[in-house]
Amino acid sequence: MGKLNDLTITQARDGLAAGDFSAVELTDDCITAMEAARDLNIFITETPDIARDRAAQSDARRAKGEVVGAMDGVPIAMKDLFCTDGTLTTAASHILDGFTPPYESTVSQNLRDAGAVMLGKTNLDEFAMGSANMTSYYGPVKNPWVGANGEDLVPGGSSGGSVSAVAAHVCPGATGTDTGGSIRQPASLCGVVGLKPTYGRCSRWGIVAFASSLDQAGPFARTVLDSAIMLGAMAGHDPKDSTSAPVAVPDFEAAITGDIKGLKVGIPKEYTLDGMPSEIQDLWDRGAAWLTEQGAEIKPVSLPHTKYALPAYYIVAPAEASSNLARYDGVRYGLRVDGDSLDEMYENTRGEGFGAEVRRRVMIGAYVLSAGYYDAYYVKAQQVRTIILDEFNQVFQDVDVLLTPTAPNAAFPIGAKMDDPVAMYLNDVFTVPANMAGLPAISVPSGLDSDGLPLGLQIVAKPFDEETMFRAADVLERAAEFSALPKYLGGQ
Amino acid sequence: MSLDREDVRKIAFLARIKIDEAELEPLAGELNGIIGWVEQLSEVDTEGVKPMTSVAEMIAPQRVDEITDGNVAEKVLSNAPDRAKDFFAVPKVVE
Repeated sequence: MGKLNDLTITQARDGLAAGDFSAVELTDDCITAMEAARDLNIFITETPDIARDRAAQSDARRAKGEVVGAMDGVPIAMKDLFCTDGTLTTAASHILDGFTPPYESTVSQNLRDAGAVMLGKTNLDEFAMGSANMTSYYGPVKNPWVGANGEDLVPGGSSGGSVSAVAAHVCPGATGTDTGGSIRQPASLCGVVGLKPTYGRCSRWGIVAFASSLDQAGPFARTVLDSAIMLGAMAGHDPKDSTSAPVAVPDFEAAITGDIKGLKVGIPKEYTLDGMPSEIQDLWDRGAAWLTEQGAEIKPVSLPHTKYALPAYYIVAPAEASSNLARYDGVRYGLRVDGDSLDEMYENTRGEGFGAEVRRRVMIGAYVLSAGYYDAYYVKAQQVRTIILDEFNQVFQDVDVLLTPTAPNAAFPIGAKMDDPVAMYLNDVFTVPANMAGLPAISVPSGLDSDGLPLGLQIVAKPFDEETMFRAADVLERAAEFSALPKYLGGQ
Repeated sequence: MSLDREDVRKIAFLARIKIDEAELEPLAGELNGIIGWVEQLSEVDTEGVKPMTSVAEMIAPQRVDEITDGNVAEKVLSNAPDRAKDFFAVPKVVE
């Protein structure tokens, strides 16, 4: 048959249901693409044996008429931040050398229960800290799109392997996590759909923790409809995560009606940045015009404290990271570097085990939480966070969703922005506010810049209103008619 | 507030991360760059604003006080860099 890896989740699901091909055939094509795309450095661990085994189980179920879920037999890639029972889980960090969890994260278990087939564990920024997939102990991931002069580009981050897997047609879907934009920013840079649901929609249990008040899991896919199907398979209340919301998972697919007549769309003026490429402003204007043509009502709105979301995030996230990463002490799992005393063993282990960016953030976190500085930094940032949430609540009295650019730039060359941490942080200027307020947000590929690189637009919705988010995103997707393909496709 | 090499040494100890002498100075520069940038928050009037504790107005869930897990010592120890019987082993802490 060949090239089944080019199918979307919806096409794969329908083809499997119609008996056009088996899950094993579909999975074999994805494994071939995975192997052919190795130059992109997408996977830390490939699991073809697990994939073939689960695909065969799916075919056996289907033969008996026992399809278990929406993704039965559909291959996906798993960000290597999700603990997977019996499969190496690294968080792309040296400090987790050899760590093989004896348990499965809730989200990856939910996907298994829905029949999804895991192809492997994808590369990421170390502990999901980065916006270019440059901080991985396992090396950078290449974007399947290349620059105007053929140069290798970053895929964005932190979920760089997962986004490249979907963009390069290795598989139709992949999991990500988004603490400050780690799903949406790479989705924008690679021309795929990526979304972060409402905080609490997906269980965080079994996901290697970065910043617990901000972390959320979400899907990458090539269409809005696919991402709705995949989120439905990932989400749900979990008693093992006390911040998991005890609410039912709606039928996200049914929410996509194609009708946005009367939908009120806010355009926050503070998302216009000095020095932002005019192409991004133009695309944003076009997005608003497309939604207007489909019957939406565009309203200018103001979120005055938007510019403080990013600096507040860079206090809150490192503070939580310094607490969460305290567990890597060389005692219970992963790397140990010996020392003469217990303290020396801790220091040697963590000195060698953490890369430069993780070390910076853990130290910033330790500093802002330390005696004498806690009020000036940490409490202040949490107060600013309250103001940001209040402003969103206020604006959502008047509008149903917000439309913004996803990222302030297109994909950039591997190695750029590495000299100045703050320059790298600015990649997440449009995505961080939704994390700070716990809101669902999706990036939809909407156009190309003058170098032929993809740009995304972001729809932000009210808490637990992913349905309206999907409805608006689907209409945006249809209007944008994004059909460009990257250079590296299926490893070709 | 600007951090010097002694501050960095102290923070590194708080974080239990070994830093080579030669790295203290450049690291101070990097951390000062970040701290200087986040200090723009001082422009924001936060008088009387409640610090956020959770984005979701949720009451901590309660459940019946019963054992739901356990007796998995082998699993717990399966990734240990060093162990002695059913214990994690560490360098001697008592002289």
